[in-house]
Amino acid sequence: MHELALTGKMLSLVLSEAEKHQARKVTKIKISIGELSGVIEECVAYYFQVAARDTIAAGAELEFAKCRATLFCPNCGRKFAKKPRDFNCPVCGGLSRLTGEGRECFVESIEVE
Amino acid sequence: MEIEIGRDLFAHEAELAAANRRLFKEKGITALNLLAAPGAGKTSLIRKTVPLLKYSVAVIEGDPASSVDTDLLNSLGITAFQINTEGGCHLEASMVAKALESFQPKPGTLLIIENVGNLICTAAFPLGESIRMVMVGASEGDDKPFKYPDIFQGADAVILNKIDLKPYVDFDSERFRRGIRALGDQVPIFEVSCKTGEGLAELAEWLEQRVDQLWKEG
Repeated sequence: MHELALTGKMLSLVLSEAEKHQARKVTKIKISIGELSGVIEECVAYYFQVAARDTIAAGAELEFAKCRATLFCPNCGRKFAKKPRDFNCPVCGGLSRLTGEGRECFVESIEVE
Repeated sequence: MEIEIGRDLFAHEAELAAANRRLFKEKGITALNLLAAPGAGKTSLIRKTVPLLKYSVAVIEGDPASSVDTDLLNSLGITAFQINTEGGCHLEASMVAKALESFQPKPGTLLIIENVGNLICTAAFPLGESIRMVMVGASEGDDKPFKYPDIFQGADAVILNKIDLKPYVDFDSERFRRGIRALGDQVPIFEVSCKTGEGLAELAEWLEQRVDQLWKEG
């Protein structure tokens, strides 16, 4: 549900960047979402439709990319994508740590006319 | 035309949290963010632990609606202030800053911020706290660290409440601890029961030491 707050922030950022470039219309927004960020694409898309209605970003296509969360095994030094059930290293079984990747919610770029 | 932006939307939250950290310091208060799912026993923990602390304590209650918890704490003589998020799923740094315009704990106070009951959204919004405490009730299951890793990451203490229920809900302590250890290998884990009072003295002692240490560090 925190997508409402985040979508508002995303829209302000997009509009201010578009304005800097004197764009007339924003046609596409590329967003990367970390799997640990708790951000759900469908919610962002829904809130965006409503929030962007009377702006130059109305109707812009949202293109989402997922960022996987990764773990690092201190025992054997391997880095691997987070598995659904546990934090064990798939090679040596060592208890692994989250690296910090997978928490982000980036506005990567926008396409404007 | 494509315009590169490359900005993390959570970065702004981190800036607001840093502003709160300065605000807490100016006011001479230590802030604790208490995070858990609804019904884990956050308010019970506050009401049972506060009397064991030597510090003056004030509480900010975050709830989507109602002042049930604030009324209860105030009736017990614990100073509490209610933030209603009007359905919102988490407290934000700006809400706490706004609350502190009218709610003014005296210098030297430990400010406990009971966040909205939620293990997902609250993890993404730091409040500028210097102590982050995450709580789980045994009846929620031993798999919580695996399902909600983000909330446990960076916790200063993890509390397992309702340990009196463990035998009835097949709670595997070893599995829970292994999950917590993966997310913070030094984090203390306190097993308590707000119902029987077990473990609360140890938790209160740790908390006092932590607050003392933070005061010393300035």
